[in-house]
Amino acid sequence: MTPELNSRPCLAVGCRLNEKGQPMRVLHMPERALRLNGPSLEIIERCDGQRTVKEIISELQKLYSKAEPKKVEEDILGYLARLHDQRALDFTSDPADRGDRAQ
Amino acid sequence: MTIAAQTPLALIAELTHRCPLHCVYCSNPLELGRRADELTTEVWSRVFREAVEAGVLQVDFTGGEPLARPDILELVRAARETGLYVNLITSGMPLDEARLDQLVQAGLDHIQLSFQGASEEPANEIAGTKAHANKLRVLDWLKTRRLAVTLNFVIHRRNIDQLAEMLALAESSCAGRIEFANVQYYGWAFANRKNLLPTRQQLDRSVELLKRAEERLRGRINVEFVVPDYYATYPKSCMGGWGRKMMLVTPSGDVLPCHAAQVIPNLHFDNLKNRSLREIWEKSEAFQKFRGEEWMPEPCKSCDRRTRDFGGCRCQAFLLTGDAEATDPVCFLAPRRPEVDAIVAAANGPSAETLVKPTWLYRSNPA
Repeated sequence: MTPELNSRPCLAVGCRLNEKGQPMRVLHMPERALRLNGPSLEIIERCDGQRTVKEIISELQKLYSKAEPKKVEEDILGYLARLHDQRALDFTSDPADRGDRAQ
Repeated sequence: MTIAAQTPLALIAELTHRCPLHCVYCSNPLELGRRADELTTEVWSRVFREAVEAGVLQVDFTGGEPLARPDILELVRAARETGLYVNLITSGMPLDEARLDQLVQAGLDHIQLSFQGASEEPANEIAGTKAHANKLRVLDWLKTRRLAVTLNFVIHRRNIDQLAEMLALAESSCAGRIEFANVQYYGWAFANRKNLLPTRQQLDRSVELLKRAEERLRGRINVEFVVPDYYATYPKSCMGGWGRKMMLVTPSGDVLPCHAAQVIPNLHFDNLKNRSLREIWEKSEAFQKFRGEEWMPEPCKSCDRRTRDFGGCRCQAFLLTGDAEATDPVCFLAPRRPEVDAIVAAANGPSAETLVKPTWLYRSNPA
């Protein structure tokens, strides 16, 4: 899948970032953990159900201003799609709907 | 000389060997740990802190049945407070809705609910008790809880032809992952092997079916499949390598490199009551014994795959050849591969009909 630019990614149920201040930042997922480095951590920290994909791309383009903006966009879209396929991310259209099953 | 240890990633916490089920393939040892010897809440809490300090990311609560521990909520809370990712591997018994809510509140991240089959009668035959209907109830409760869910189906000769029904059950649930794990032959499963090992035809059909399911469900449900390694060409990378990523703590606090390591004779296991987790992980005799490559015989020692399968499984080598240091007999290069071939041939031979009602050795319960 290709993420919709206006959708808002958030971490899926059962996925969470470990605490800040740990020697290594990881994204916990059922039965696996993903090591996060610079850009991947910057992306995941912004998957808060509030920001749209478009906003995340534009923030990262500013953060990595030396990189080719088109390349940054492609990398982010590819990364988000991969995480979606691994069921680590949900995409919602409305920030009020965070994908909580309990609601 | 001490062989340097890597950072451990996961701690498998066998909280108790007590269980309301009697599954014929249980991975617990034939000699079960006694209730009186179980670690206290306090010791477990210390172990979680030590695990995090050693670098562990995830704890798997298992058993027996971890819900049989009256302090399960405290244990979940204590583990989560350290930052560990908390996974509960359970039969879903004993559990009610209030308890489930409390578990979620205590910080449980992920529940792995085991199923013995897709329908009541064959599932209950394997479990040795009426458990299936209860599991369906738990599955229904999970739909309205904020908790990651994996369904775990243990696959074998008697239920491998019902994968479509199992998939349908999983698809109608809220599970994000389904594991179809073929029985691995240790503990009670080793004792019941002749009634559990599927035929090659069954296996081929199942692989085909699950490959299609995996593609169809991508992005919706993750489908994992574990094949019985007797049918493999190469051995599995057992536990990701001996003393490399994972450790298991028994109900009484012995620290093992895997579920089955106690079958290996003359191997001494250190206990958490006397030493810290980190010390045991790094230095204990049991973890040192098969860590790295020094111990390897040929053909492993010079094999390119030794950094992928880490020499396969030591417990399997012992169970099938009587020598824990032998090449894993599953490997097509192993001198003792004929033993595995003979077992596979017997499972596929004309006399290997599937009995309507086989004689099972049911898992017992500890004192």
